[in-house]
Amino acid sequence: MLFPSTSPLPAPARVVITGAGIITALGQGWKSNAEGFRAGRTAFRPVSLFDVSRQRAKLAAEVDLPAALPPTRLTAKQTARLDRAASLLLLSACEAWQQSGWEPTENLPLVLGTTAGGMSFGEAYFRQALQKPRRHRHQPTRAVHYQPQVQARMVLDALGSNGPITIVSNACASGSNAIGHAWELIRYGQAERAVAGGYDALCGMVFSGFDALQALSTTICRPFDARRDGLALGEGAAVVALETLESARRRGAVILGELIGYGSAIDQHHLTQPHPQGETTLKVMKQACAIAGVTPEDIDYVNAHGTGTVLNDSSEAFAISQWAGPHAATLPVSSTKASIGHLLGAAGAVEAVICLMALREQWLPPELAFENPDPACHFPVVHQSQDARVKIALSNSFGFGGVNATVIFRRWA
Amino acid sequence: MSRIFVAGLGAVSPAGWKVTALREALAQDEPLPTQTVERPGGEEPLRARLVPNPAVRPEFLAHPRLRRASPITHYVVAAALEAMAGLLAKADAKRRLGLVVCLQCGCVNYSCRFFEETLKDPATASPLLFPETVFAAPTSHVAAFLGNVSLANSLVGDPATFLQGVSLGVQWLEENRVDACLVIGAEETNWILADALWHLERPAVLTAGAGAVTLCRDPELSMGLELAAITDVHSYSQRNTRMQAARAMREQLRAPGQTEKIAGRMSALPVNAELLCDGVGNCPRTDAPELAAWRDWTGPRLSPKRILGEGLMAAAAWQCVAACDAVAGGQFTAANVSLVGSNQQAMGARFVRTDSSISHLSPGRSPGNIRP
Repeated sequence: MLFPSTSPLPAPARVVITGAGIITALGQGWKSNAEGFRAGRTAFRPVSLFDVSRQRAKLAAEVDLPAALPPTRLTAKQTARLDRAASLLLLSACEAWQQSGWEPTENLPLVLGTTAGGMSFGEAYFRQALQKPRRHRHQPTRAVHYQPQVQARMVLDALGSNGPITIVSNACASGSNAIGHAWELIRYGQAERAVAGGYDALCGMVFSGFDALQALSTTICRPFDARRDGLALGEGAAVVALETLESARRRGAVILGELIGYGSAIDQHHLTQPHPQGETTLKVMKQACAIAGVTPEDIDYVNAHGTGTVLNDSSEAFAISQWAGPHAATLPVSSTKASIGHLLGAAGAVEAVICLMALREQWLPPELAFENPDPACHFPVVHQSQDARVKIALSNSFGFGGVNATVIFRRWA
Repeated sequence: MSRIFVAGLGAVSPAGWKVTALREALAQDEPLPTQTVERPGGEEPLRARLVPNPAVRPEFLAHPRLRRASPITHYVVAAALEAMAGLLAKADAKRRLGLVVCLQCGCVNYSCRFFEETLKDPATASPLLFPETVFAAPTSHVAAFLGNVSLANSLVGDPATFLQGVSLGVQWLEENRVDACLVIGAEETNWILADALWHLERPAVLTAGAGAVTLCRDPELSMGLELAAITDVHSYSQRNTRMQAARAMREQLRAPGQTEKIAGRMSALPVNAELLCDGVGNCPRTDAPELAAWRDWTGPRLSPKRILGEGLMAAAAWQCVAACDAVAGGQFTAANVSLVGSNQQAMGARFVRTDSSISHLSPGRSPGNIRP
């Protein structure tokens, strides 16, 4: 029974990450992404997935999907029904699973963040219903596989496991919230292990939406730069395997890092615009630090939400500067959206894995196109590839609708 | 062991804009009339049960955040305000409110309008529409309207997700992160959703609206009932069919009074004092697992979908609201809610009267389409 519990709330357990999978336009897997982020490579190119000839922006960070998916327990029929988003999700989940060394199991929670789920099915359904209304072929399949919980079920089937699925859709904070929610399930004894992450694929409707809002850069995505003119979209997925420290130690697992803090709150200022002084951002950063038992002085790197839009970056810069106080002057901050674009529902999860990379391999991901800081930035923006001592890293994610989320990771050594 | 009380209920449904309208429609025990939804291309129109316009324009529509919001947001805010009425009457500036909004399809009206504009010419697609298409939009608007929301989540899934939302609210309350939590399930209708349902379930009639339940730990705020149990999540998979999941959920809710015994608060209840509020509609194929799981149920039974239609996440919320309302009204000491979702999971819950005495039916609180 989920309620009532038969035992009192246990003392919070320590939660570690023993598997991480990632796929972005920089490549598939930890290694190729780590190399790309460390070098500050950018992955933008003309959009080929749909027509953007009538859009202001023409570039995005598209993923080159592999010709074949890894062998899984999915049936041929299930595999044939994986769209682009589900394929990205599956690829990252398989990598995380393999790295974790887990065996198929029952009652394994899967917590995912997404904004669009199987939107490609939704778009195809709509087009056919509008343009060929008397044609019904494929429509039932599209109506089912459009739904993100169906894609999530396929991930568990692929891994030979079963368990409760939670889909968090707090827009672009979804990936962080998913990891945070899984962390809470484990921390408070509802599960010993969980799989969590985020995914989203590029699609015409979402691209048009951001273009219509004039939120897309028509030049280069330059988060925190005074001359920034918008965000760039990308696609991808990241999945992590979380478990109690006790469980990881018991089985002698390789620990990639420890998730020590999570904060989440909702900014009620506006549907799409953050509070100008980043009040909620400040609140969630403080919340996460309080739970983690750390102060801003303990943080060695901030992976900012940093979309590259005028409003987001000034608000976040204000909040980070306020939160860090005098420590801001020496606190390295960067936004990896400069390399791979904004991955929406996947962003928080991908950026969590980037933090794990920085902690494991002791480097900071730079923004090579960054030139002149926004006046609100009282911190150095990492703009050159560099090795660094990183013991604790913090990642921010914010979404349309106002949900702000912060996660904090500690190096495991 | 903590106790979680129900502090308020809210509903917007094809029956109207209050819980009383829902209650009266269920009491009539007659399916509500249907309306037609036109499809493009000359295809035969589809049937749906639309939410009627409110008799009086709600005051909340004057709020700047709600002027351009989609119908689903209006339903969510109306249900939220009704479910929060008790708490708002006992205003406490320090009260921290949690908000969980559960959706299966979400903001389909603006999504379709925006995508249609994009297909015509993306260069002229309206920037006003796009932000309203995201799943999180209704959550954002109701949070802005209520003002004291400290924690919020939008969950997407099949209708049993509503009880995941309740479970999340309970978790936040137990961890003392909020003082009350509003859990809402909502949907809106349009032609594409009616078309999709037609492709999947021909006999089903699409409907829309919202249902809301406010949870709290303070017995002073309770409306006289509490949450006694939420089952585990019984997920569907290659190895666990919908039929098996439904049966497992039912098993967890089997023994009358069992959960109260666990809580050590009440003795076993007589079966006839319990209600089953199920999700059975008029779709034999879809309903079969749930009917099979509850085949041995001999007590009274309430099936809101038979009257209201297929409201997806809103229908799941109405089940909880109707069950709680029946218990709060004194007709039953307990009510079981059975949610056998379409493609994800089966979950169940049980609500009981805080006071174990059974009062008799009072005028105006007739039992709805409850079948012995």
